[in-house]
Amino acid sequence: MTATALDPVRVPARAPRPARLRPVDVFRVAGSGLHSRPMRVFLSALGIAIGIAAMIGVVGISTSSQEELNRKLDALGTNLLTVRPGQSFGGGEAHLPDAAEDMVGRIGPVESVSAVGLTDAKVYRNDRVPSERSGGIGVYAARTALPATVGAEVAEGRWLNAANADYPAVVLGSAAADQLGVHDTGAEVQVWLGGRWFTVVGILASNELVPAMDSAALVGWPVAEELLGFDGYATTVYTRAAETSVADVQSVLGATANPEDPSAVQVSRPSDAIAAKEATDETLAGLLLGLGAVALLVGGVGVANTMVISVLERRSEIGLRRSMGATKGQIRTQFLCESLLLSALGGLGGLLLGIGVTGGYASYQGWPAVVPAWAMAGGIAATLVIGGLAGFYPAVRAARLPPTEALASA
Amino acid sequence: MTYPIVELAGVTKSYGEVAALRGAGLVVERGELLAVVGPSGSGKSTLLNIMGTLDRPTAGTVRVDGHEVARLSDRELSALRARTIGFVFQQFHLAPGVTALDCVAEGLLYGGRSRAERRLLARRALVRVGLGHRLDHEPHQLSGGEKQRVAIARAVAGDPPLLLADEPTGALDSRSGAVVMRLLRDLHEAGTTVVVITHDRDIAASLPREVRVRDGHIEYDTHQRPELEGVRA
Repeated sequence: MTATALDPVRVPARAPRPARLRPVDVFRVAGSGLHSRPMRVFLSALGIAIGIAAMIGVVGISTSSQEELNRKLDALGTNLLTVRPGQSFGGGEAHLPDAAEDMVGRIGPVESVSAVGLTDAKVYRNDRVPSERSGGIGVYAARTALPATVGAEVAEGRWLNAANADYPAVVLGSAAADQLGVHDTGAEVQVWLGGRWFTVVGILASNELVPAMDSAALVGWPVAEELLGFDGYATTVYTRAAETSVADVQSVLGATANPEDPSAVQVSRPSDAIAAKEATDETLAGLLLGLGAVALLVGGVGVANTMVISVLERRSEIGLRRSMGATKGQIRTQFLCESLLLSALGGLGGLLLGIGVTGGYASYQGWPAVVPAWAMAGGIAATLVIGGLAGFYPAVRAARLPPTEALASA
Repeated sequence: MTYPIVELAGVTKSYGEVAALRGAGLVVERGELLAVVGPSGSGKSTLLNIMGTLDRPTAGTVRVDGHEVARLSDRELSALRARTIGFVFQQFHLAPGVTALDCVAEGLLYGGRSRAERRLLARRALVRVGLGHRLDHEPHQLSGGEKQRVAIARAVAGDPPLLLADEPTGALDSRSGAVVMRLLRDLHEAGTTVVVITHDRDIAASLPREVRVRDGHIEYDTHQRPELEGVRA
C-alpha cells in the first residue's frame, strides 16, 4: 500500500558506520554520570566498601597474626623435638631407657640433647604450708645443658651449673616463682622442697615453646637422685635437630630413644602445637569472611539498585544521546562502565579501609601488618565482577529504551 | 549527485489501533527552511521522529540523505544521526551542572572527533549563536532563550546538513522566541536545511515553506506534491 513515487533508480549510498568512542571518552562519560549525583554515589559505594573492608580486614588481620606467629616460631625455633615415654605394651607407665639421651645424641643431624626427669617431690613457700597445697608445681631433675636446648632464658640469678648441681639449689619457672611468691634469688631465698630447704639460684623467663618449664622447679640431676629419691629416668628428652632434617629426625626418634619398644615413646614437636592452637582461630576468620561476603553482596545489590534508578531517572538523557548518534552498544557501555566505576570506587575505598583496619589492629597488638597481595587483587576483582553483574541489567534496559519514548518522558 | 535531504512517501505509523500518520508524503530539498505545523495530536511529532530516524514507519518509504532508513540497522541509523541530523527540543535537554561549552562538546561525542576538536567546534558554535561570553555558564545561570541557543549550538556544532527543531520556541517568551527564530534563519542562510515543528501558525506563516499536518496526513504544503501521498488508511 505504499506509493513509491520516489525515484527508484538510485546508486545505493554507503551505509554510515558509527564512530568508535575512545576509551578515555567512555571513561569520562561514565564519570560524569556519577559526578552529578555525588551523595548517591557515596552511599552506594559505601556498601561495597564495607564488604571489601571487612574481607580485607579479616584476611589482613589473620595474615598479620600468622606472620607474628611465624616470627615468634622463627625466634623460638621450630626444630625442637621432645621425646616422652608413652604407655608400655603391657599398659603400665613406661619409662625411657637409660641410654635414650645418648642414643638420640648420636643421630647425625641432632644438634643438642637435654632432658628432665619428674621427681615425686613437692615444693612449698616454707615448711609451714600444709603438704596438700603443693600448687601443681612439678619438681624436675634437669641436665645443666637444658636452657640451651629448650631455649630457656634466665630472668633472675643464674642457671644450674656443675658446681651447684650437687647442692640443694633450685631454679624456678616463671609461673612457679610467682606462685611461691619468689621474686629474687640469693643465698637467703629458700623454698621448702622435698622436705628440706633449697636455695633459689635462678628464675626463668616465661618459655612459650615449652610451657611446662614455666610451672616447674628444676634441681640438679645428682641432687635429685641423692636427696629426692629420683629414679634417674628422664621423663622428657629435648632435642634440637638441624632445621632441614627435623622431619627425618622426628621419624627415627622413637626407635632411637627406645629401640626395644618404639611404640612406647611419644615424639612431638612443640612448635606444631603452637601452630595448631593458632589454627583454631581459622573458624572465626572463616565466619567473618563469610560476613564480609554477605556485606559485599548487599553492596552489590545496592549498586544494582542505584543503577536501575539511574536509568529510570535519566531516560531523557538516554534519548538525547541516542538522538546525538549514540548506538545501543554505546549506551549499554556507558551504564555498564558507570556501574563498574561506582563499585571500583567502593572497592578502592574498602581496600584502603581494610588496610587501615589491619594496620590499626596489628599495631595495637604489636604485630607486623601484612595484607597479602592476592587479597587486594581479589578484592578489586570481586568489585569489578559485582559492578559488572549489578550494571548488566540496567545497562541492557537503558540500551533497549526506544529513543522516542525516552525523549517523550522528559 | 544530490538527493533531497529527506524523502517520505506513503509513510504510515500506527501504535496498535491508533494511526499517528496515515500515508504522509514529504520531500525536503537541501537548503530549505520549512515549518511543519499542526495542532497537538496531528502527528507532527511522529513526523519529526520519523524524519529524524528516531522511529521507523509502520509502512512507507523514508530516505534521509539518500539512505533508505528501512535498510539500515540501528547502529547505522545512529551513525546517520551523528553525522547528518541535529536535533533541537522544546525542553532544551541540558544536563544540570555542565557548562555550556561541555554541553555543546558532548553533542559531538558520537561523531568520532577527539576531545580537543570537539571543544574547539563547540566554542565556535557557541560564538555563532551569540553565546561566546557564556562558555563557562551552567544551565541554571542561563535564561530560557540562552538555554535554547546552547541547545541549537549543540545541534549544529558538527555542521549537520539537517536541523530538526521540535517546538524550539514552545517554552520561551516571545522575545526569546524571536531571537531563536532569527538564529534558525541565519543557520538556514548559511546552508543548513532547517525543519521547524510548531503549533504556532504565525511562525509557520513566516517561513518560506509551510507544511500543515492534520489527522496524520499532510493537509497543505506550499510545495504541493500530491503524487507522494499514499493510500489513506
